[in-house]
Amino acid sequence: MGAHRYAFLGDHVGYGADPVAVVELIERYAASGAVVVLGNHDAAAIGRPDDALNRNALAAVAWTRAQLGPKQQSFLASLPLAVADDPILFVHASAAAPEQWIYVTGPREAAESLRAANATYVFSGHVHEQTLYYTGSSGIPMQFRPVPGTPIPVAKHHRWLAIVGSVGQPRDGNNAACYALFDTERERLTYFRVPYDHSSTIRKIRAAGLPDRLALRLERGS
Amino acid sequence: MIDTPEPGSVIDGFRLGEMIHAGSMATIFRLAGPEGPLPLIMKIPRLGPGERAVNVIGFEVCRTVLGAMGQGRHHPTLVAYGDVETTPYLVMEFIEGARLGDWIERTPLPPAEIARLGAAMALALVELHGQDVVHLDLKPTNVVFRPNGEAVLIDFGLAHHGHFPDLLAEELRIPVGNWVYMAPEQLMGVRCDPRSDIFALGAMLYELATGRLPFGHPDSVAKLRRRLYQDPVPLRALVAATPEWLQEIVLRCLEVDARDRYSSANEVALALSAPTQVPLTERGARRRGAGLLALARRRMRAARFEPAPCPPPSTQPAAARLVAVALAPQEENEQLRIALRGAAQDAAVADPRCRIACITVVPPAAALSGEGDEAFATRRHIRRLVELRNWAKPLALPEERVTFHVLESDKPGAALVDYAAMNDVSHLLLGASGGGASARRFSGVGAHVVATAPCTVTVVRPRAED
Repeated sequence: MGAHRYAFLGDHVGYGADPVAVVELIERYAASGAVVVLGNHDAAAIGRPDDALNRNALAAVAWTRAQLGPKQQSFLASLPLAVADDPILFVHASAAAPEQWIYVTGPREAAESLRAANATYVFSGHVHEQTLYYTGSSGIPMQFRPVPGTPIPVAKHHRWLAIVGSVGQPRDGNNAACYALFDTERERLTYFRVPYDHSSTIRKIRAAGLPDRLALRLERGS
Repeated sequence: MIDTPEPGSVIDGFRLGEMIHAGSMATIFRLAGPEGPLPLIMKIPRLGPGERAVNVIGFEVCRTVLGAMGQGRHHPTLVAYGDVETTPYLVMEFIEGARLGDWIERTPLPPAEIARLGAAMALALVELHGQDVVHLDLKPTNVVFRPNGEAVLIDFGLAHHGHFPDLLAEELRIPVGNWVYMAPEQLMGVRCDPRSDIFALGAMLYELATGRLPFGHPDSVAKLRRRLYQDPVPLRALVAATPEWLQEIVLRCLEVDARDRYSSANEVALALSAPTQVPLTERGARRRGAGLLALARRRMRAARFEPAPCPPPSTQPAAARLVAVALAPQEENEQLRIALRGAAQDAAVADPRCRIACITVVPPAAALSGEGDEAFATRRHIRRLVELRNWAKPLALPEERVTFHVLESDKPGAALVDYAAMNDVSHLLLGASGGGASARRFSGVGAHVVATAPCTVTVVRPRAED
């Protein structure tokens, strides 16, 4: 795809059956300059309490925590809530209060995140569906559902908040993984969906004894 | 910034020629060089202090929309563009031809000419809407007719493209665009409905037919809002000779609620190219507008006007899928007639919104010789129509779902392919050539059509008898 740098927007662990492998992979990327931020499921998996997680998530977190060795735990513990790299801010949830894990689900939350971010581009996770918020002169963000594979011009005189979408745990009926590619030189952002072997993931989730809801969601895509 | 560009200036290697337009949003020059395969223009937006923000956004929108559409027959090709912050410009194909505005000076036009111009514009909209683009600023100066009669839509500075964030959505708290041709829902900020272009098309056809504007020249938002409840004066009240079909089509395009208009440009094109097939309603016969009482009631309702939701993107062409069935004239093979009808029935049931066009091709009247050719041609035309109607009767389709066409050509295959291309047919059914004198005349057509039609072609053959 021609990417020069990578960014991982959080919730690396807590849903799947391979937490150790995932953390080791991300650690390797981080060692060669990738941006990695902490997600709420990662935080819970290293023992930071989170009241917002439901029963299934808590069960998965407890399981995950037992899998992670001290090395992986300390890597996750070292992750920042946000990384600013002018003109971009990477943050798992809303930049308004990253530690409160506020969901950016509409223009109002996007406005608050953008206001706090003080960046032209904000890249976030937390919400699972690919969405792009953008503002012009009036300051009120508009919401846009991107078309995968279509490069969107993202000129720097506007402000942009991109929810990149999740790898796994889809909410839109499509079990392909989400990612996005930002061409900083040409100021273009392209969202992608890529199918992967989710049946193996489902099998592993069931074999690990993780809550079946997590497997079902992958199966149904929602 | 480009300081006062003028003929002779060179911008990024492009040499400016004659200035052909100087407006409030942009200046346009012909390009004198470099030499290339297309005649080119450069459009330079008026930017900088004191100019409107919408000019910058319009520039970006134009670049995004035209860039995404690539090459096509009904919009100018974008060739190059400059950086919005340093040297904003767009280099595009120059479209040679007359603007619709040139016809406006000669109104009222004969109905047949209006139908021809209107069908060409509707087909241009079909191409646009099929790519999830809505023009939103159609007016006589934004339509150019190429010498071959094709319409080209220009100036996409206010357009909406469903695959990109709409930068104008937030800027336009006051409706921007040409108020004369603007659809009611555009007043409420709706920018995603292709039927807004159908309204503007209706307004232009109204002007061509009567020489008047359907809603005058509003100079305030309050006057602009009158189109939410006021009917335009019926065309026939202004030009008594206006045929009912034309009034029916134009007034349907101008319905306040987008759901009451044609659901796609495709349907408008079809109606305009087959006027005798237009189902007439009270709309077509109307000689005057609504009474005062009805107006007062509508005005009350208009205060709570809720625009129709935009149709979902990329389903627009599917909404008006056209299935064409070709029958050989005087087809004697009853088994084949039945098999074709079965195939048409399957298509109609599979997609309850599709329309069926029944077509036959006869040799051109000019090829006939001897006295009374014209009368003979007319009689023959009517006979073939009756034949088609008879064939279609058992399908029991409502009249808005089926049309009948007798094409004249000595090359039936080419005529069918042309028809399919012009009318954006999505599926063509034709009979396998078999026995019968007439069927033999139609033979060889199948291979040609299958090889060259721009759509799916099904060759229908009755089951061989055991």
